[in-house]
Amino acid sequence: MEQLLLLIFLPLVGAIITAFAGKSAKIVSTVFSVVSLVLALVIACNFIPNASTQFEVNLPWIADLGINFHAGIDGISLLVVLLTNLLVPVIILSSFNHEYKNPAAFYALILFMQTGLLLVFTALDAFLFYIGWEAALIPIYFICAIWGGKDRIRINMKFFVYTIAGSLFMLMGIIYLYLQNPAHNFDIQAFYALNLDSAQQGWIFWAFFIAFAIKMPIFPFHTWQPDTYTAAPTQGTMLLSGIMLKMGIYGVIRWLLPIVPFGVRDWGQVAIVLSIIGIVYASLIAFTQKDAKRLVAYSSIAHVGLIAAGIFAFNQQGMQGAMVQMLSHGINVVGLFFVLDIIFNRLKTNKIEELGGIAKVAPQLAITFLIIVLGTVALPGTNGFIGEFLLLMGVYNYGIWAAAIAGLTIIFGAVYMLRMYQNVMLGQTNSLTITFTDIKGTEKLVLYTICALIIVLGVYPKPVLHLTEASVQHLLEQVNQKLNTVN
Amino acid sequence: MNIIITISITAFIVLYAGLFKANKALLPLTVVGLLTALGFTFCAWNGNAVHFGMMQTDNFALAFSGVCIVGTLLIFLLTQNYFHAKSDNVAEYYTLILFALAGMIMMVSYKNMAMLFVGLEIMSVSLYILAGIRKKDFASNEASLKYFLMGAFSTGFLLFGITLIYGATGSFDLDKIQAYLVNNTTSVSPIFYPGVILMMIGLCFKVGAAPFHFWTPDVYEGSPSLITTFMSTVVKTAGFAAFLRLFSGAFAPLHDFWVAPLTVIVCLTLFIGNVTALFQKNFKRMLAYSSISHAGYLLFSLIVLTKNSGSNVLVYAAAYTFASIIAFAVLILVKQKTGSDSFESFNGLGKKNPLVALSLTVAMLSLAGIPLTAGFIGKYLMFLNVMTEYKSLLVGFAILNALVGFYYYFKVIVAVWFKDGAETELSAPAQYKIVLLVSVVITLILGIYPAIILNLI
Repeated sequence: MEQLLLLIFLPLVGAIITAFAGKSAKIVSTVFSVVSLVLALVIACNFIPNASTQFEVNLPWIADLGINFHAGIDGISLLVVLLTNLLVPVIILSSFNHEYKNPAAFYALILFMQTGLLLVFTALDAFLFYIGWEAALIPIYFICAIWGGKDRIRINMKFFVYTIAGSLFMLMGIIYLYLQNPAHNFDIQAFYALNLDSAQQGWIFWAFFIAFAIKMPIFPFHTWQPDTYTAAPTQGTMLLSGIMLKMGIYGVIRWLLPIVPFGVRDWGQVAIVLSIIGIVYASLIAFTQKDAKRLVAYSSIAHVGLIAAGIFAFNQQGMQGAMVQMLSHGINVVGLFFVLDIIFNRLKTNKIEELGGIAKVAPQLAITFLIIVLGTVALPGTNGFIGEFLLLMGVYNYGIWAAAIAGLTIIFGAVYMLRMYQNVMLGQTNSLTITFTDIKGTEKLVLYTICALIIVLGVYPKPVLHLTEASVQHLLEQVNQKLNTVN
Repeated sequence: MNIIITISITAFIVLYAGLFKANKALLPLTVVGLLTALGFTFCAWNGNAVHFGMMQTDNFALAFSGVCIVGTLLIFLLTQNYFHAKSDNVAEYYTLILFALAGMIMMVSYKNMAMLFVGLEIMSVSLYILAGIRKKDFASNEASLKYFLMGAFSTGFLLFGITLIYGATGSFDLDKIQAYLVNNTTSVSPIFYPGVILMMIGLCFKVGAAPFHFWTPDVYEGSPSLITTFMSTVVKTAGFAAFLRLFSGAFAPLHDFWVAPLTVIVCLTLFIGNVTALFQKNFKRMLAYSSISHAGYLLFSLIVLTKNSGSNVLVYAAAYTFASIIAFAVLILVKQKTGSDSFESFNGLGKKNPLVALSLTVAMLSLAGIPLTAGFIGKYLMFLNVMTEYKSLLVGFAILNALVGFYYYFKVIVAVWFKDGAETELSAPAQYKIVLLVSVVITLILGIYPAIILNLI
C-alpha cells in the first residue's frame, strides 16, 4: 500500500520541489518523472496478473461525508498507470529543445497533472476519482493558456468550460449514486452493487457519458479539441492527446459499464453510432487539413472513436483491443506531435504545402517518423495493428455494418497519414526545408524510444494482453451477470 | 454574552483612544479586543447557554461568531494606511466596524426576535455611516443614501413580519413560535403566513438576494473598498446565519409553505447574479454581482432542511469570506498603484508579483468552486443538500450557473497571468502579506481536509 501512495504522490512532491528549483527545474522534473517510471515498473513487476485489486489503500479522508482515500490497481489501471508514467518523462525530455519562459512553473504543472492523472487511474472512491479528474484539468489549462500559441486564451476558455461542464454533470450523477447507496459512501464496490432500474440507469449513463465523451472526445462533443491541440504548446498537446483522453476511456471502462449496465444496454447503441460517425467525420476532415498538427488532431478523434466503439461493443476482443490501443495510441500520438514539434521548431511552420523533401536532409528523422506513421496507420508488425485488429473484431462481433464503416478508419487513416508523410518528408527540398538539420541529443533519445516501443509492442504484444486479460474478463463477467439478473 | 461585552467595550476604548489622538494604538487595541472575544467564543463552546431568554450561544451561534470575528480581524489588518490616507478621524472607522460586529454577534445568536431586530439595526446603522464615510465623495454619499433607504425599507418589512407573527403566536421567542406551529399544525393563524413572507423579504434584502438585490452593486461600488469587503463577507455571513436560525428553526414546520417562494428567489438570485456579473468590466462590480450569486447558493441550504444545513452554510460562508477577503485585498493593492479597479488594471499582475497573483488565483478558483479549494467543498455540500430530495432540475440549473461563474472568475485569472500589462510592482505591506497567507492557507485546508469544520455544528 505504501508503494501506491508513493506512486501517486511522488510527482506532487516533485512538483513542489520543481516549483522552487528555478533554472534547474528541467533536470529536477526529469529526475522525478524517471523515478516515477521506475516505481511504476517495480509495481508492474510485483503485480500478479489476475483480476484482483492490488496495492490497495483505504484511508478515511472526510469521514462525515463518506469519503475515503480508496485506491488500488488492477490490470486495467496498471496499463494506464504505466502509460502515464512512461509518457511523462518522454514528454519532459521532448521539451529539452525548447526554452520556455518561467520553466519552474511549466514543469511543476506537468508533474502536478501527473498526480491528478494517477488519482483518476487508481481511484476506487468516486469522490477521489472526481478530485483527480479536476486536479488533472487545472494544470493542463494553465499549461495551454500560458505557454500556448495564437488565440490561446479564448480557445482554452472554451476547452475549460466544455470539460468542466461535463464533469459537473458527472458530479451530479456521483451524488445521486451516493444517495442511493444505503451505506452512504462513494465506494466503487458499493456502486457496483446498487440495484437501479433502467430509467435511473439511463440518466446516470448520460451524466457520466457526456463527461467522458467530452474528454475523449466523441462526436459531437469534440469541437474544443482541434483548436486546443493546435494552440497548446507541444508538451500540452502530448499530455492532452497521449494521456488525458485516456481518462475518458478509462472512465467508461471503470465507472460507466459496471455501474449502469442497463443504461449501457439501452443507450450503448447511440454511443456506438456517435463513435462511428466521429470516425468517418474526423477522417474526412483530416483529409482536407493544410496544417499537419490539425491533421493529427483530427486523426486522433478518429482513432479514439474506434476505441470507444470497441468498448461499447462490449465483448472480450473489443475490450482487449481498447486496452492495447490506449497504450499504442498514447505512444504513437506523442511521437507524431513530437516530430511535428521538431519541424516547427526548426522551420516555424507546420503547413504541409510549405514543407517537403526533409527526408533528404534529415534521414534519421525520416526513418523514425516513418515508423511512427506506420504505427499510426496500423501496419502489421507495429503496435497499432494489434489494437485496431482486435477493436475491429470486437465491433464486427457487434454488427457487420458497424465494423465495415469503422474499418474505413484504417483505409482513410493510411491515405491521409501517408499523404502527409509524403508531402512533408519526400519530394524535392525547397528553400525553406534545405536548412533543416537532423535530429540530435534528446530528440534522438525520445524518438528512438518511441520507435522501439512501437516495434516491440507490435511484434510481441503478449505482456500487455496478459496484464489486462484477467481484469477485462472479470469486468465482462461481472457486467453480464448483472445484466442476466432480472431487474 | 462575554463576546458582545468584550467587543462593545473595545469599541468604546477605541473611540476614546481616538479622542486623545492615539492613532497608533488603535489597531493593537482592536486586535487584542477581538482576540479576547475569540477566546471567549472558544470557552463558551458546547456550553449552549441561554442569556436572559434573549440569546442562546449554542454551537451554531459560536461557530458563526468565530467566522465573523476572524473575518473582521483580517479586515482590520488590511486597514494599515488605508483609513489614514482617507481621513484624520480613523477611530470612527474602527469603532463603527466593531459596533457592527457586536450587532452581528446578536444576529447569529438571537433566541428572541426582538434581539434579531436590535442586532440587525445596530449593524445596519453602523454600516450606513461606514458606506458614506468619505464625506466629500459623491459615490460614497450615493452608496450611503441608497443603502439607508433600502435598508430602512427592508427593516420595515421585517418589523411588520415580526408583528404579524407576534399577533399569531403571542410571542417573540423562537422556541415558542416553533412550539406553536407544531401544536397547531392544522390551525395556524392566517396572519402567520404573510408574517413569514414579510420576514423572508426583509432578510433577503439584507443578504442581497434577487429580486431585492438592486442596492448591492451600487453600494458595493460606491463604498470604500475595505467597507465593501466587510459588507460582502462578514455582514453577509451574519445575515445568512440569522436567516438560517429563523427558517431552519422556528419556521421549519412550515417548510412546505415557504419553500416555493424561496425556490423562486434562489433561481432568480443565481441567474441574475451570474449573468450580470458576466458583463461587468469593473472588478469590484463583478465581485458585487458574484456575491449576489453566492447568496443564491447559500440559500440552497434552506430549500431542503437537513440536520447539516447549518454546517453547510458555515462551510460555504467561511469559504466565501476568506476568498473574498483575498480578492478585495488584492483589489485595494492594485487600486492604490493604478488608481483603477477595472479588469485591465490587473493585466500582467503575475509577472512582477507572483505571490499576490497566486493568492488571487486561489481565491478565484475557490469562488468558482474548483476542487481542492474551500469553495468546492461549499458548493458540493449545497448540491448534496438539495440532491437529498432529488431536486435534480434545480441542481442542473445551479450547474449551468456555476459554468457562467467559471467564465467571469477565470477572466481575472486570464488578466493576471496571460495578458500583458503595465507590470507594476505592488508594494504590499507586511500585514497584507499575513492576511493573504492566512486566507490562502485556510482556503486550501478547508478544501483538502474539510473534516475539521464539518462537525462543528
